Amino acid sequence: MGFTNQRTAYGSTLLALGMENSNIVALEADLGKSTMSCMFKEKFPERYFEMGIAEQNMASVAAGLSLTGKIPFIHSFAVFAAGRAYDQIRQVIALGRLNVKICGSSTGLSDFGDGATHQSVEDIALMRAVPNMIVLCPADANETVKAVRAMAGVDGPCYIRINRNDYENVTGEDSPFAVGEPTVLHQGTDCVVFATGIMVVRALEAARSLDGKISVKVVNVSTLKPFPEERIIQLAKDCSCVVTAEEHSIIGGLGSAVAQALSRQRKPIGFVGLKDTFGCSAHGYDELLEYYGLTALAVIEAVEDIHNCW
Amino acid sequence: MEDAAEINRLNSIARTLRRHVVEIVGIGLAGHIGGSCSSADIVTALYFSKMHYDPKNIHLADRDRFLLSKGHAAILQYAALAEAGFFDKEILKTTKRLDSILQGHPDYRRTPGVEANTGSLGQGLSIGLGMALGLRLDGINRKVYVIMGDGEQSEGQVWEAAMAAANYRVDNLVAILDRNRLQATDTVIKVMDSGSLFEKWQAFGWHVLEIDGHDMQQILDALDEADGIKGKPAMIIANTIKGKGISFAENVVSFHNGVLTQETYNRALSELA
Repeated sequence: MGFTNQRTAYGSTLLALGMENSNIVALEADLGKSTMSCMFKEKFPERYFEMGIAEQNMASVAAGLSLTGKIPFIHSFAVFAAGRAYDQIRQVIALGRLNVKICGSSTGLSDFGDGATHQSVEDIALMRAVPNMIVLCPADANETVKAVRAMAGVDGPCYIRINRNDYENVTGEDSPFAVGEPTVLHQGTDCVVFATGIMVVRALEAARSLDGKISVKVVNVSTLKPFPEERIIQLAKDCSCVVTAEEHSIIGGLGSAVAQALSRQRKPIGFVGLKDTFGCSAHGYDELLEYYGLTALAVIEAVEDIHNCW
Repeated sequence: MEDAAEINRLNSIARTLRRHVVEIVGIGLAGHIGGSCSSADIVTALYFSKMHYDPKNIHLADRDRFLLSKGHAAILQYAALAEAGFFDKEILKTTKRLDSILQGHPDYRRTPGVEANTGSLGQGLSIGLGMALGLRLDGINRKVYVIMGDGEQSEGQVWEAAMAAANYRVDNLVAILDRNRLQATDTVIKVMDSGSLFEKWQAFGWHVLEIDGHDMQQILDALDEADGIKGKPAMIIANTIKGKGISFAENVVSFHNGVLTQETYNRALSELA
């Protein structure tokens, strides 16, 4: 059917999973109309737990539900899901390797109007650092459907970051998806751009406009953990330089993971992402992305810069 | 009313658990003696009278569940689990050794019979609420028991769980507050005065009972009374003495995580003989 944004794709997929598996339950912290967990609520009110504005309790209640064999999905904005409930996620869910799924919605800068308190620039870093956690960041709505299905099928804690706004799909409804498997969306031999989330579409745009000047390979890295280090090395092999692009701090996210993976590869790496800063309010999403340099142009400049430096 | 022989049997088990606590702590290394001894009678009543479980089938769906939210008293739970047959009593000696199944705080993945990782304070009641909701969804008529400390009442999450449990009208969740009035660094009232906990829990919509947490008959009666409460969760405020049973540790703040010498170790064991 094709969704135009990740959160609707998320809500629809959770609803579909709920129909297939009666052990799936959902918990919400009063943001169900944003996270789209409300779709599940409508169909399965008895398996939907509105926990109020209490993210910490929600995370621990989900832990308890999982210990009775349920598969709980918990929801909030990413900044609260990963941040406010960090200790609960670490101490009980991750340490106990419990089968709890965490949906960090309105991630990155996608809640543009609400400003820094509601924008998550470090959720990947937080969740990647926790042992046992799987971390997913789908590129678009189509990939979100597959990622949500995949996380339901994995036995263990899993975090997914979900964008709030409409944008085009860059992967197909039928394109393959597997946890831990990066996918090449554009072939190239000079520079490889590893991108995640909304930066995948921008990296593709950058690669197309650089065609004929610099040959750019674009790789969609939608699994941030377990990080596919060997595949990253392999995919970077025929390129002389590397750029990473993410709607996240360059500390602890995709850029850090790629740099670690390629630490013995003698390739210069450029980083597109938030430069150790919080977000802020804006009237529009694109305006905000431009302000923080999360655009196709920023990727082009990073590629040119790193290519010339080499 | 239980007969005197049954009360004697349980009191004797509680003494055995306290002896295990002293033996696990041993000589020269710090251990949570105080809070383990204050909970010992309650834990005995649960594991050796009230709760239904099978130590040979830890995943039995039809079982009551126990969470030690005040996870620092893990050594008491280990003593109870060993006596109940979850693992060999010899293993108690390995507590906190490198690679032991018995960690400094309860570990769901390592220790048979431990139902969740606890010890980051304030989370046990929420986990218990999740279990209670899960059991209710599955129509399993079993209870979840959660022991909290009184110092732990400072954690905001406790009150999130209190509100949510009443909101969801769970009557298969029983919280027990081991009110020993001491915490790590001082008396509870000096560190953070929690006011009237009885009134607070009542105001949050719980059925609240108050008992002497070292009177086995009162503990059993309160647990039975909790069974009859419908449509709301139950809180048993158990007034206890930190370090109970070891004269020189009773009501002494430093025995929260105390060290025994050869001499005090021997004295503790002889008092608990």
